[in-house]
Amino acid sequence: MPETLYQKLEKDVRYIEGLKACFNCGICTAICPAAEVSDYDPRVVVDTVQKRDESELEKLLKSDTIWMCGECLSCKTRCPRGNTPGYIIQALRALSIETGLFIESQQGRKQLAIKRTVGDHILKYGYCVYIDEVDTEMYPEQGPVWDWLRQNRESMLERLGTSYNKEQSGTLRNISQESLNDLKKIFDETGGTQRFEKIEKYSSVKAKELNIDFKDGKDNYFKYLYNE
Amino acid sequence: MKTRKNEIWAAYQKEIADDHYFFARSCIRQNFFPAAENLYINILRNELGKDIFDDARQTTCTGIAYHSGIIPFETIMTVVARQFSLMNEAGYENFVASCVTSFGIYIEVMDTWKHFPETEQKTREALKRATGKTFKIPKNLVHASDVIYKFRKEIAAKAKFRLINQNTREPLKVVDHIGCHYAKIFPQEGIGGAEYPYVLAGLIDEWGGKQVDYPERRHCCGFGFRQYLLKSNRGYSVSNSKKKFDSMQTFKPDLIIANCPGCTFFLDRWQYVIAEMEGKTYGEDGYGIPVLTYEELAGLLLGYDPWDIGLQTHQVTVEPLLDKLGIVYDPEKKYKGRNGEDIGIPENPQVLRCC
Repeated sequence: MPETLYQKLEKDVRYIEGLKACFNCGICTAICPAAEVSDYDPRVVVDTVQKRDESELEKLLKSDTIWMCGECLSCKTRCPRGNTPGYIIQALRALSIETGLFIESQQGRKQLAIKRTVGDHILKYGYCVYIDEVDTEMYPEQGPVWDWLRQNRESMLERLGTSYNKEQSGTLRNISQESLNDLKKIFDETGGTQRFEKIEKYSSVKAKELNIDFKDGKDNYFKYLYNE
Repeated sequence: MKTRKNEIWAAYQKEIADDHYFFARSCIRQNFFPAAENLYINILRNELGKDIFDDARQTTCTGIAYHSGIIPFETIMTVVARQFSLMNEAGYENFVASCVTSFGIYIEVMDTWKHFPETEQKTREALKRATGKTFKIPKNLVHASDVIYKFRKEIAAKAKFRLINQNTREPLKVVDHIGCHYAKIFPQEGIGGAEYPYVLAGLIDEWGGKQVDYPERRHCCGFGFRQYLLKSNRGYSVSNSKKKFDSMQTFKPDLIIANCPGCTFFLDRWQYVIAEMEGKTYGEDGYGIPVLTYEELAGLLLGYDPWDIGLQTHQVTVEPLLDKLGIVYDPEKKYKGRNGEDIGIPENPQVLRCC
């Protein structure tokens, strides 16, 4: 018998720690920044998963709902029963990617764009974000000071005493190939690489279904996900 | 007004090592406030006489990827273990995280290892197979702002300026913004806990300013990880910051200080965006409210040149604050590159007033 979705979910330590028993008081929703700006209700998410209905869980994994949380974890502080809706969301997101169900929702599909920015930066540079990759076309809120700094980064970053482009300790140093190799091997050993591959594989199927050009990097599918 | 709960938390003090720190850097700070971390190290080494080690082999903790859902918990636990291993190899026991997201990650990972010992064992095996490394858990692990808090009196004693308006002689009104992952996940790991964090408020009190206690003081800045990372989702982020600005504006703050890299960035940049999109500014005379990190504020009060500590890389201009503090600065030096090189100046926004 193949494992049910619940059997998979219940192996996740984030799920085990996140869900005790919810009595639907709604404090998590009251404090939630996502609930304030979108149609998101952590109380309903927790109540849905604690009902242990396989088809309801599958619906959740295919929905936009699980991608609305901002992981501020304000809910952890406030829950009077020791639940952490933000941890439950982490486990649901992991399972949604694992099963490929993330491509069934508009928000879930966007994981590819995050994988191709933050994810790829980690393995290429050793940083989650890196100045060479952050321009005001993709990040217009960075503003004119950032544009100026970025255009003059060789000069300004030296003036500010950083180690940009240098093989030494310090701010924005080049991370050595040996350290990058360590990161890659850790990703290979712990499922990070497999998760990246799953995000790419399932996304290619969806892009084909939507008839949008899918290659790599900032292709048309990436732009569609990132911007719209 | 102080409550009983406030007093209980005020009496609570977490352990912060006295010296010999291993410094774990922040991805966001290195990029967006590129002089802040070196200033932090300089204050510790040169002003406080402390030993702090900056390891070239460290990497990102991968926290932004983890909280965005693109990497497994097992991966980040093993990256954390590698950072600990580097600390061990360098001969240190006290770990200082520059980033609040990272700080939350390190605490979360150690807490998980306590509750699920098998996850620690699996992490040890994975790290060994991947890198050949082993590790010991740090004796003390704190956030970088905790150390500044610990030595706030020593910094005050050396300071050339205080948080006093030189024109009115009144204390400057300072908003403190604490990153959510500093204490909302594990309140006992933050000075003052989650409801009454004192890690920055203590600096304001010690350095002569006045805390601003506004309704949305504890609300998230709105980073939201995957919400900010996607252009299509950024309404989440700016909406939450705007809620805070609207709430604090009545109190006319002179300054915002933050201990989280993302928060510092968003509270700075979203003021620019709100000004350009809605024509609304939150400071006086069309300026924004300056946003500083804890060490940038310490650096200014200690007498460091504002342009040597990178304050020109903030989008909200800091000159109104410098004038209030009575700090003399050279406007000509602000946008000079290495060796005084002329590299032009940033364009002026259409609405937000900049110097």
